[in-house]
Amino acid sequence: MEKYSAFGLLRHALSGHRRWPQVWRSAELKPNYDAVVIGGGGHGLATAYYLAKEHGITNVAVLEKGWLGGGNTGRNTAVSRSNYFYPESTRFFEHSLKRFETMGRDLNYNIMFTQGGVLSLAFSRHEMEIFRRWATAIQVQGVDCRVMGREEVSEAVPLLNMSPHARYRVYGGFMQQRGGISRHDAVAWAYARAASSLGVDIIQNCEVTGLNISDGAVRGVQTTLGTIRTSKLAMAVAGHSSVVAGMAGIKLPIVSQCLQAMVSEPIKPCFDHVVMSPQVHCYVSQSDRGELVIGGGADTHPSYGQRGNLPTTESVLNAVTEMYPAFSRLKLMRQWGGIVDITPDASPIVSKTPVNGFYISAGWGTGGYKAIPAGGETLAYTMAHDRAHPLVEPFSLARFAQGRLVDESAAAGVAH
Amino acid sequence: MNQTIRRLPHARIEADSTVEFFFDGRRYTGKKGDSLASALLANGVGVVGRSFKLHRPRGILGCGTEEPNALVQLESGEYTEPNVRATLIPLYPGLVAKGQNAWPSVRFDLLGAVGLCKRLLPASFYYKTFMWPNWRSWEWLVRRIAGLGTAPQAADAERYVKQNIHADVVVVGAGRSGLEAALEAARDPAKRVLLIDSQEEPGGRLLGSPVPEERSWLANALSEVAQRDNITLLCRTTVNGYYDNNVLAALERRSNHLGPRSGNAFRECFWRVFAGRVILATGAIERPLVFPNNDRPGIMLASAVREYTHRYGLTLAREIVFYTNNDSAWQVALELHRVGVKVDAIIDIRGAVDSALVEGARDAGINHYLGTRVINTKGRSGIRRLKIQRAPADGDPSVQSVESLPCELLAISGGWTPTLHLYSQSGGKLQYRESDACLIPDCNNQNISVVGRAAGEFRGELNLQCQWLTPDVPPENQWVDFQYDVTAADIQLAARENFVSVEHVKRYTTNGMSVDQGKTSNVNGLGILALATDREIPAVGTTRFRPPFHPTTIGAYAGIELGALYKPVHLLPAHKAHLTCGASFDDYGSWQRPVCYPKPGEAEAAAIAREAVAVREAVGLLDYSPLGKLEVVGPDARAFLDRVYINNMVSLKHGAARYGLMLNEAGIVIDDGVVVCLAEDHFLLHTTSGGAAVIHRHLDEWLQCEWTDLQVVVNNCTTQWATMMLSGPKARDVLQQLDCDIDLSRESFGHMQYREGHLLGQRCRILRASFTGEVSFEVSVPARYGQSLWKILMQRGANMGITPFGIEALMLLRTEKGYLHIGADTDGNTMPQDLGWGGAIARKAGDFIGSRSLSLPVGLDADRLQFTGLELLDPKGQTISGAHILSADERTTNGYVTSAVHSPNLNRTVALGIVAGAAQRQGEEVTVFYDGLRQRARLVSPCAYDPEGNALNG
Repeated sequence: MEKYSAFGLLRHALSGHRRWPQVWRSAELKPNYDAVVIGGGGHGLATAYYLAKEHGITNVAVLEKGWLGGGNTGRNTAVSRSNYFYPESTRFFEHSLKRFETMGRDLNYNIMFTQGGVLSLAFSRHEMEIFRRWATAIQVQGVDCRVMGREEVSEAVPLLNMSPHARYRVYGGFMQQRGGISRHDAVAWAYARAASSLGVDIIQNCEVTGLNISDGAVRGVQTTLGTIRTSKLAMAVAGHSSVVAGMAGIKLPIVSQCLQAMVSEPIKPCFDHVVMSPQVHCYVSQSDRGELVIGGGADTHPSYGQRGNLPTTESVLNAVTEMYPAFSRLKLMRQWGGIVDITPDASPIVSKTPVNGFYISAGWGTGGYKAIPAGGETLAYTMAHDRAHPLVEPFSLARFAQGRLVDESAAAGVAH
Repeated sequence: MNQTIRRLPHARIEADSTVEFFFDGRRYTGKKGDSLASALLANGVGVVGRSFKLHRPRGILGCGTEEPNALVQLESGEYTEPNVRATLIPLYPGLVAKGQNAWPSVRFDLLGAVGLCKRLLPASFYYKTFMWPNWRSWEWLVRRIAGLGTAPQAADAERYVKQNIHADVVVVGAGRSGLEAALEAARDPAKRVLLIDSQEEPGGRLLGSPVPEERSWLANALSEVAQRDNITLLCRTTVNGYYDNNVLAALERRSNHLGPRSGNAFRECFWRVFAGRVILATGAIERPLVFPNNDRPGIMLASAVREYTHRYGLTLAREIVFYTNNDSAWQVALELHRVGVKVDAIIDIRGAVDSALVEGARDAGINHYLGTRVINTKGRSGIRRLKIQRAPADGDPSVQSVESLPCELLAISGGWTPTLHLYSQSGGKLQYRESDACLIPDCNNQNISVVGRAAGEFRGELNLQCQWLTPDVPPENQWVDFQYDVTAADIQLAARENFVSVEHVKRYTTNGMSVDQGKTSNVNGLGILALATDREIPAVGTTRFRPPFHPTTIGAYAGIELGALYKPVHLLPAHKAHLTCGASFDDYGSWQRPVCYPKPGEAEAAAIAREAVAVREAVGLLDYSPLGKLEVVGPDARAFLDRVYINNMVSLKHGAARYGLMLNEAGIVIDDGVVVCLAEDHFLLHTTSGGAAVIHRHLDEWLQCEWTDLQVVVNNCTTQWATMMLSGPKARDVLQQLDCDIDLSRESFGHMQYREGHLLGQRCRILRASFTGEVSFEVSVPARYGQSLWKILMQRGANMGITPFGIEALMLLRTEKGYLHIGADTDGNTMPQDLGWGGAIARKAGDFIGSRSLSLPVGLDADRLQFTGLELLDPKGQTISGAHILSADERTTNGYVTSAVHSPNLNRTVALGIVAGAAQRQGEEVTVFYDGLRQRARLVSPCAYDPEGNALNG
């Protein structure tokens, strides 16, 4: 793998940038792999990378139905944070956040992680009580988090509606300063590049059509490019988890819904943080290109359509306009949708399954992006050892039968 | 070009008018009917913008929504709008615009120096650098130079409105094809036809036609449209979104042509269009040719040249040269000649061109160069010369001849791209047509058809010869996306690095990601990618078009639903009376309720404490109307409730009330409240305030989806009754002052009893339950009498010291008593056994919602968080809801404080919480932690005040 650097850029400039190598190899599908990962998004690629890097399993294929990072990895609002309520969640997401902090150097690919801070806003006394409980939970776990009053919030977000005519009064909020945004495509490409250089075969335009399972164990996988033999198979196919798990005869407790995201036209920097607000429901940040990146609640009905419907777009932008009256005259440039897997407790599933050699990473809900490094690392571990990584023990498939839910929203209304 | 430009006759502007406007601080004049772009061109303003990355000077390329270059900041202050296309702003008197993304100005931009480092800044260079020492050291710089215009700092001074409109046929685009389609559809008088056009007036390309027959056709068609009662014409309206079930979103600009202070009530109208059938007549957008330095100001699409010449009457330059690969530009050149505008030359990459066109050019005295390419352009702030290269006559490259031509305006045409954004948004697939090198509609599941140029019907052959980029010359300065500075070399680089999916190329190079969303760049990018990867275009595929078609004002999506209209505010029936009593209000759920009634100068905490003391010592009055009230009626009502509540509801007697807990399927407590038996088949459920709608939905879901055999109806009558709670030792005395036919005596109307009767001659319902720990009468009267009841109770109770109290005093009182508040003292994991209800569950005979889940392993854990009281060891100590209980090693959380108040009645802090295993740990000491402060506390019974309940039964 050629190291990227300013010097390298200069050197390549001299040859007119005509000698840059492929970021990942164009690999031919082989009939046999030690491990196969279905899904070439961030999670799948990270899993392959850690299989090769940490566990020496390099004869690995990543199968992608479309193009790398074309699912939720390329459709989210690129927020990373670890301000969770339960220790199970915080431990996992804090690990992931730390990986984000060093990913640029670790993978020699600048993912442009800008830690402008993630601020959550409270709009009522009760919400403020819950936020105090939530923020204290984060502090007890040793993660940075600061409760802010109305004045402090107003200073941090000067464009926020503090007028007496605002429908809801801002009571305060809390900030995780280390949270921030990065370039989502870059994360997929960085892992693809690193995994490929360690020998992982990345196969795009290869759709899985069936699984070969006998005697309760994985034997192989059928694809549109042919059948592959393997004894370790993982799926990381957010949006279609139920479909692929169904091929293994596993019914997942997952509902698939469209989550929209949208961007405004690019404007000069005016918004430093990621500001989330569960009550007046929207979240906003500003990308390095200058676009305001906007998200909100999922569409209210189950769907596989990656578009999103108009009422939800209206409701999200209604919230944005109510909260930031100056953004009213900005223009929406692009809106799209991704399909998110929602579990009963809105926590993920990283787990072995009743089928030997079949592992799943699913149920990331609206927050899978920030979990990519830790999700990949723990899934790789689980595959390599056929035993759950300690960080994901609480996120097993079995927890639903036992009632041991990790329900963040139950404790503090936290969205994953 | 010079300032006193004369307009050509027949232009659609008012030649005698003078409209003053300002650009970059300079005063100019234009004509009524001009766009800002045409007015700038008329004034010889060549550089109107700067590109995003390299700050290259940008002139006007197009004449409509496709414009990638001429983005300006319009107006200032609360009227400012960034990234406005000059081509789409109708000129109005006093218009003020300035160039953006430049310092000090777009004409002379010091940031243009970035362009000197161009070779170091290929596509996505940033992923490969800025890593040493870390990204943080660079991000401030990168962020600062990114972005285009400036965001407004002040709230929008104008307003927006949303409207729905239904039509049998919706025609998008009122050009020739759209007008034909609308008139055809309107022949059936029963059909409602909606014709939508984005321009200032209908007509499409016909507005820029110099042909008299076409102009008269348009006039006739428009008068016919006006005569048809069943055609509605919406101009200045852009359809931006196409959703499932033929729902379209369109934005009508109502006052943009008048300027910011138009006096119109609404600046824009957001139309939700519900269509039976949709006909897209959205036309086509001309593509630029890709050649070295094709981005200089003075290079313009041939279609735009046509528009500016005929519609706006401009003679754009003295030396006009055309460069094309198809016939359409020849026609434009000949049309220019016909109205007296001199065309110097036509350069065509094709070796052979239709002889009629060639002869036409010859007759017009236009030089033409066939089989010729432009291989470079020269000029500082605008194009001055062209370098052209003739193809070798007999294939021998050594005999190529290179010439230089003067050129002040280069009109380019690389073919046409049907405008199919909406078609694609609607779920339609596109196919590639080789002959015209364009994408046309393929198939679609919605009721939609496409006509005219949008369907690839160009009314005459283009005879196009495809050229995606200029071969044999360096690709580094052949621009594809003018706004984001994407070159052919960038796309080739992406392909070289294995970004061969069209979506990857878009993201890696940012081609087509800017404000114009690739209207002029996408197809060229696609062609260059196909060449670079040695594939056919259909194999490369296309990116998916996303709404909106044209950037859409964010405020328009909100319409009028801002401030008080953002979410409905529930006002209490006695709201005005509370105002009179000096209440301070706050949002509690959807209701605005009194927090407390502070006296002048009294602090909130003091008022709350005073009110709480008054309830304990005399009597308080609370507007309790939001208390959820659901009526459950039907022969199976009792059986239904027995399944819904974990309590036994079989034995509830007429006139009696019982406190109950409700679970969801997971066994989690979701609501509590008092259930009253009104009759054998009629019950009244009280839910948590604000929870009525949710619980109503919960109950109806069970009735409609699971227990369809039960004959039960649930009705939410919360807002039909105003409920006033009289609470305190003198509550009965106050109520007895009023004329009431219910025996209110202690003996006949005990705690947890319910009576119906008449109060002051009106129907009333009175429940004796208590959330304060004092004797309470919850008196409900029809909502319209709520205000009167409040006033009368306040009057009659005055001599007994009646005190209005707000929610916070109520919360204080119930916390003293240790009464559970669902949602505050429980979380989404709380099961009834955590609240001390294990026994009740065991005794219950029948099944109920959630019962299965209670026996899951998790329900039996010893460290479940259980409801408890907390007493701080320091009698002066204070704590706060949200504080945590720490584990012995202080490394993890063991529970939290869920309610904490300073009790004026006990003169100490009273707190409730949920703590791991609290039921078995009563009397234990624990550490309470908040904001770095640790305090010791003891786990005690939740009930701190009057544990014997003497006050309650008084």
